[in-house]
Amino acid sequence: MSAITLDNITKTYNKGTVLAVDKATFEVAEGETFGLIGPDGAGKTSIFRVLTTLLLAESGNATVAGFDVVKEYAKIRDCIGYMPGRFSLYQDLTVEENLNFFATIFNTSIKENYDLIKDIYVQIEPFKDRRAGKLSGGMKQKLALCCALIHKPRVLFLDEPTTGVDAVSRVEFWDMLKRLKHQGISILVSTPYMDEAALCDKIALIEGGKILSIASPADTVKKYPGKLFAVKSANMHKLLQDLRSYEGTYSCFTFGDAMHLSFKQDADADVSKLTAYLTAKGQTNLEIAEITAGIEDYFIRITEKLNG
Amino acid sequence: MNTAVLKQLFAFIQKEFYHVFRDRKTLLMLFGVPIAQVLLFGFVLSNEIKGSRIVVCDYAKDYGSQEIIRKIEASKYFKVQKAALTHDQIEAELRSGNIKMAVIFPDHFYNDLSHLNKAQIQIIADASDPNTATTLTSYLTSIINDYQAEALAQTNVSQTIVPQVKMLYNPELLGAPNFVPGVMALVLMLICAMMTSIAIVKEKEMGTMEILLVSPLKPYLVILAKTIPYLLVSLLNLAAILLMSVYLLDLAIKGSVLLLFLESTLFIISCLALGLWISVGAESQMAAMMTSQMSLMLPTMMLTGFMFPIENMPIWMQGISYIVPSRYYYTIVKAIMLQGLGFSAIWRETLVLAFITFVLIVVNIRKFKIRLA
Repeated sequence: MSAITLDNITKTYNKGTVLAVDKATFEVAEGETFGLIGPDGAGKTSIFRVLTTLLLAESGNATVAGFDVVKEYAKIRDCIGYMPGRFSLYQDLTVEENLNFFATIFNTSIKENYDLIKDIYVQIEPFKDRRAGKLSGGMKQKLALCCALIHKPRVLFLDEPTTGVDAVSRVEFWDMLKRLKHQGISILVSTPYMDEAALCDKIALIEGGKILSIASPADTVKKYPGKLFAVKSANMHKLLQDLRSYEGTYSCFTFGDAMHLSFKQDADADVSKLTAYLTAKGQTNLEIAEITAGIEDYFIRITEKLNG
Repeated sequence: MNTAVLKQLFAFIQKEFYHVFRDRKTLLMLFGVPIAQVLLFGFVLSNEIKGSRIVVCDYAKDYGSQEIIRKIEASKYFKVQKAALTHDQIEAELRSGNIKMAVIFPDHFYNDLSHLNKAQIQIIADASDPNTATTLTSYLTSIINDYQAEALAQTNVSQTIVPQVKMLYNPELLGAPNFVPGVMALVLMLICAMMTSIAIVKEKEMGTMEILLVSPLKPYLVILAKTIPYLLVSLLNLAAILLMSVYLLDLAIKGSVLLLFLESTLFIISCLALGLWISVGAESQMAAMMTSQMSLMLPTMMLTGFMFPIENMPIWMQGISYIVPSRYYYTIVKAIMLQGLGFSAIWRETLVLAFITFVLIVVNIRKFKIRLA
């Protein structure tokens, strides 16, 4: 049985004038960590809210843990853990009080499922008497995860859990998700960070409410058409303009400290010809190397097509 | 309810109390405001008038008039000035605001009283301020009535002095008795409705409502857990108000305290239901507060009769007052506290209040959103 299924889910706001999710269809297998990757406003949170039974979709069907999100919403609420995008715990309650409260309303206790949250909880335990509002961003996320996990949910929903969290805490957070996977918990996680996408079993790229691609991270990057080059030079600002005006260029954008360049056809991917062109434009210290596309490259590639 | 549900409820109520006791503003709202209001209305804004300057024109100068004047002088409400003024002079004095009232004893006052058993006293009051005028007249009449009662006790002959105004229940027109029931209605409305609606809207604003909805908590449990703490706090407040009115404002509770608490509990529940109703529509704490004030506080102040008499209002406003729960509660409290009446005197009001409460609860349960939108 699948942990989550979506079948042509469409969700609109403001009486149908704003299309948030456009016929989304995907499936999350039991025990899988499934990533929903897309920029802000892509429709990720809407999908989460439909699946967590908080919002009703206009059309389409969806199930979570085998239960229908409309008819059997109460059963779903018994067996899922949900961590909303915004920090949603009681800021005026201490770490321990928050955890105790959520354990109790889910009819369990910290003791009962301690082994499940142990790895995470030991990190925030030194601050257990501190009010949640006074925790750092990373600590808040850990506490929120503990609260979402305390009742041993079958399916865990994490809506942008690492947004606004420092780089170290983000890595730690994903390590924790990996451990949860071993406990057999199915996870649907959304993130705007492409580097985190690689840590999922399967990812769906979403933009403008549309699911653009569903595959494993490895298969996703394999879908990248043609070759991709990283180009560096002494004058990066001018380099972008020069590359964009090059006749064989399909697209060029800044990616970290280099330009990622793709060509219209593989025949255009002639390094010596490009070097000559750039040298003629007065570029020095040129470094051109072919690279394997990442998830972000693919995402930009397909959304460029979408946006015309 | 099984033990699991009770545990959930208890944890939730405990959480609510944490919220209350950890937020200074909430604490101030819950305990500071009621005390301040009782004191404010009870002492400062009372409509009792002390030391009003009046003139007494004694044309009789006999035993009877002297006796009554002595009584008037002894009263803390009047500052008596004795002079034999003409009508024109009195009018001038009144107009200039030097005096609030003039009392005139005609010739042969005591003679008339002792032989004809009937005499007159003329009272001229400055009615540009009708409230003060009425109040002063009442004070004076009660003094005259006092005198007559004493005279009756001594002589066993009934003597009549006109005018005679009968003042029921509140012979001295004290400020506190009228205000305390009104303040009780106001304070309970404020705490129950406003604080409950804010408490629920806060969960929406903070995003915690999302998590509560996506949990096995039943909606009625959320409602119960949100209202019980404020019910308890309100009863505590009620006790404080009653203690203050007994010991600070010297206002005894004439009727049954138990009945008063039971009726108050009913009113509190109706206020809690109103608060819930507001919270359903409001999206922010600010909106909840504004709605509570506009739609609850104002009607409570204006339409219960404790500030302005309902009988003097336009018909349509009187109509609106019939759906304001505090109107009934105000009547009930007055009946129990001031008149010392029992349940048989207020069963109608109780029934209406219970009906309103029931309707509100039903509406709330039907309207409670199990989803975000």
